[in-house]
Amino acid sequence: MNDTLLEVDDLRVTFPTRTGLVQAVRGVSFSLGRERLGIVGESGSGKSQTGRAIMGLTPPQAEVSAKKLAFDGIDLLSISPRQRRSLRGNRIAMILQDPKYSLDPVMTIGRQIIETLRTHEKVCKAEARERALAMLQAVQIRDPARVFDLYPHEVSGGMGQRAMIAMMLVTGPELMIADEPTSALDVTVQLDVLKILDKLVAERGMGLIFISHDLRLVSSFCDRVVVMYAGKVVEQIKASELRDAQHPYTRGLLNCMPRIGFERHPLPVLDRKPEWAA
Amino acid sequence: MSVAENQAAAGRGSTRTVAILSSLGRFLVVAVTTYLGLLAVTFFIGRVIPIDPVLAVLGDRAPTAVVERTRREMGLDLPWIEQFYLYVKAALRGDFGTSVLTTNPVMSDIRRVFPATIELATLGTIIGAVIGVPLGVLAAVKRGSLIDQIARVVGLIGYSVPIFWLGLLGLVLFYAKLQWIAFPARLDVVYEYTFTPITGFYLLDAAIQGQWDVFHDAWRHIVLPAALLGYLSLAYISRMTRSFMLNELAQEYIVAARAKGLSETRVIWGHALRNAAVPMVTVIALSYANLLEGSVLTETVFSWPGIGLYITNSLQNADMNAVLGGTIAIGSVFIAINLLSDLLYRLLDPRTKIG
Amino acid sequence: MSAETIQSRREWLLSDQPASRLQARLGRAYVSWRRFSANRLALVGMLIIIALLVVAAFADVLAPYSPTVGDLKNARLLAPSAAHWFGTDDLGRDIYSRIVYGARWTLYVVILVAIIAAPIGLLVGTVAGYAGGWTDTILMRVTDIFLAFPKLVLALAFVAALGPGIENAVLAIAITSWPPYARIARAETLTVRNSDYIKAVQLMGASPVRIVLRHIMPLCISSLIIRVTLDMAGIILTAAGLGFLGLGAQPPLPEWGAMIASGRRFILDQWWVAAAPGAAILIVSLGFNLLGDGLRDALDPRSGDQ
Repeated sequence: MNDTLLEVDDLRVTFPTRTGLVQAVRGVSFSLGRERLGIVGESGSGKSQTGRAIMGLTPPQAEVSAKKLAFDGIDLLSISPRQRRSLRGNRIAMILQDPKYSLDPVMTIGRQIIETLRTHEKVCKAEARERALAMLQAVQIRDPARVFDLYPHEVSGGMGQRAMIAMMLVTGPELMIADEPTSALDVTVQLDVLKILDKLVAERGMGLIFISHDLRLVSSFCDRVVVMYAGKVVEQIKASELRDAQHPYTRGLLNCMPRIGFERHPLPVLDRKPEWAA
Repeated sequence: MSVAENQAAAGRGSTRTVAILSSLGRFLVVAVTTYLGLLAVTFFIGRVIPIDPVLAVLGDRAPTAVVERTRREMGLDLPWIEQFYLYVKAALRGDFGTSVLTTNPVMSDIRRVFPATIELATLGTIIGAVIGVPLGVLAAVKRGSLIDQIARVVGLIGYSVPIFWLGLLGLVLFYAKLQWIAFPARLDVVYEYTFTPITGFYLLDAAIQGQWDVFHDAWRHIVLPAALLGYLSLAYISRMTRSFMLNELAQEYIVAARAKGLSETRVIWGHALRNAAVPMVTVIALSYANLLEGSVLTETVFSWPGIGLYITNSLQNADMNAVLGGTIAIGSVFIAINLLSDLLYRLLDPRTKIG
Repeated sequence: MSAETIQSRREWLLSDQPASRLQARLGRAYVSWRRFSANRLALVGMLIIIALLVVAAFADVLAPYSPTVGDLKNARLLAPSAAHWFGTDDLGRDIYSRIVYGARWTLYVVILVAIIAAPIGLLVGTVAGYAGGWTDTILMRVTDIFLAFPKLVLALAFVAALGPGIENAVLAIAITSWPPYARIARAETLTVRNSDYIKAVQLMGASPVRIVLRHIMPLCISSLIIRVTLDMAGIILTAAGLGFLGLGAQPPLPEWGAMIASGRRFILDQWWVAAAPGAAILIVSLGFNLLGDGLRDALDPRSGDQ
């Protein structure tokens, strides 16, 4: 890890609710180079809020604090919202879970891609179109000119997610946060989309934060894994060493994965001990 | 992309055409039954409720010969169902009988007065939409803020105030005390004789003919009633806009739009409102239909010579043909707008499927 | 009452394991009430409606003068003063007293319309929803046809045929306002029609009439109450509009809309004759709107911001 892209130290996200303050993220720390980092946890573990806090997309009523939250040496918490916005979609991008909901339903795919581009770069219309089409090609859409003019509901989930990736990669970001990018897709196209994502990340030398609840997917796809539980990091480990994980929660997650050829009865139940969250 | 995907995408274009055709077919069925329903209800009001429909139409001072002739003309000696058939046939020809008060065919009276109502309701809806939509958007974006509270109170009062009363107070303040506006009428008497309308919309006619003094006078007459109707429409439109916008702002594509680094302005007006715009079309159309109806009271207060005033004048003179003709006229436009807005909604939304 | 007993009472109400049906019901009511009373505007609305009820009930005590007989000689068109809070009208009648008595007529209209229109809607909606098939199609088509009509204009035409008068105005408004209730009742019926407990009742041999009356209608009541409350303001405004056009209450009844109509002739010089009854209509309508909004938010949290 020679050039650190992102540094997160003691990140906290606090939501005010009717019954008091709730900390969704409680002191998360990690750093990231031009590598693929997986964040794994159950729903409600704070993994998505961690990603959104890095993007600067935390809901306005919530509070974000950290000892350090720096992207490429830029302190994200001290810069103005305008500067933050100019990073967003330009140098840091994000892919959301379900293209059915995360693409604007009344705007054609092409226009949505061009919109990202023209927000951050001064390019003429013809060039923007050219680059959007090239980007659609890069996510292995065979007939980019046709897909360009389609509305999101007119394409399948797999193609929608490719369009989403194209929309977010068109500006050539250095860091990509993928929040459950394949969970909403059919199992058959999940792998295709992942391969495309993997290839683009590798080719362009980007850093990737891959947020997922699927430990197996993350371990096969990422270099390193951060395991989160109740807003905290319980373990950080290299994906290749995952089998030797120490923490009982990680072990529990591993045990829940079915393996071919082994009879699993009774099905293991995930242990959740309050002291891990303490 | 797989072959199957390609075919599916190609097939969707024709699916959409089928969807539009099928909704067009249903639209026609609904339009016809609703219009027949309207005629049935007015038939019931005009022929069944009154003890003697002839007296209801002619008044009790008509000579016996006329009464007898009218009785035959109305087909009152025929069975109900045949009477209704004749009634529908006449209504489809635009024959609503003759007005006792004006002695003209009701239809020609309606043609004469309707443009005044349209002009008023159109201006009212424009005012309501131009202020109501941004107010609703701001209220949704700054939910719980001062502007949200103000929008809420303004809306609630709009839902609660008797419009004719507000009109009277407006006349006291802006006409009697401040003298900002002209007295209740459509034009000053001076212009009534010199000005020849073309379309029947005086503001437009004056502008076309370049008679700016007439335009100014017409404006001074229309501004207060239009503002009042605009307020009613604003109350409704802003409330619905807020609700639609809150719904849209909670969607994932808004998060995605922010993740793209778009400005809040662009996210709100370019994405959220664009999506809310589809249902908003329906709301604005409905609000327009409501104003046509609301004009009955407003026109009475402002002596505005439209269909509303025509109906109330006829009511006071027990001129049943005119009342029912006016009711059918407003009802028909009302129904047409209702149905068209539904159709428009389906056409505007690119997601329209069979349904 | 000590703080401790209040505390334990609250715990009893909010218990997760109610010991009796009564406790569960009271607990639910308490939770709804807490949600309702947290909404300050809703409380204001409720106070307005309570005030309306009190004024209507004690009109004889609260009104210093007769609502129908005035002092033509000495008290015509007097400006508001200590003796006549809202002034007097052209017949020398005290406007404040007329407004106090007018509260009765407002309630009369609102309640009558509600008890005519709501049951019609309830019946049409539940029967359509439970029977399904052609019955449903035809009933709902009729409902939709009525929904597509302009209400005020149709009410006008009805009154024109029936003759002016407050009873006919009530009838005309009721005839034009039942369709939304039918839609709501049908929607509620559809959600429960196929539920297991309705099936259980069917298996026990209950007749369709009994099922609709005893098991489906009660479930529609709460959403219907919300909708009726929200419609009250519209009913008041329509009734006032009819009164204003001379089609509703006839003189000398102190109906607020008709009072505005009679004040219209003097509006430029004696503005108070029309001002006070209009303000009364505004306040009461506002009260019903606030109350309805609050009830909806408290009883039906799903539709929070719609």
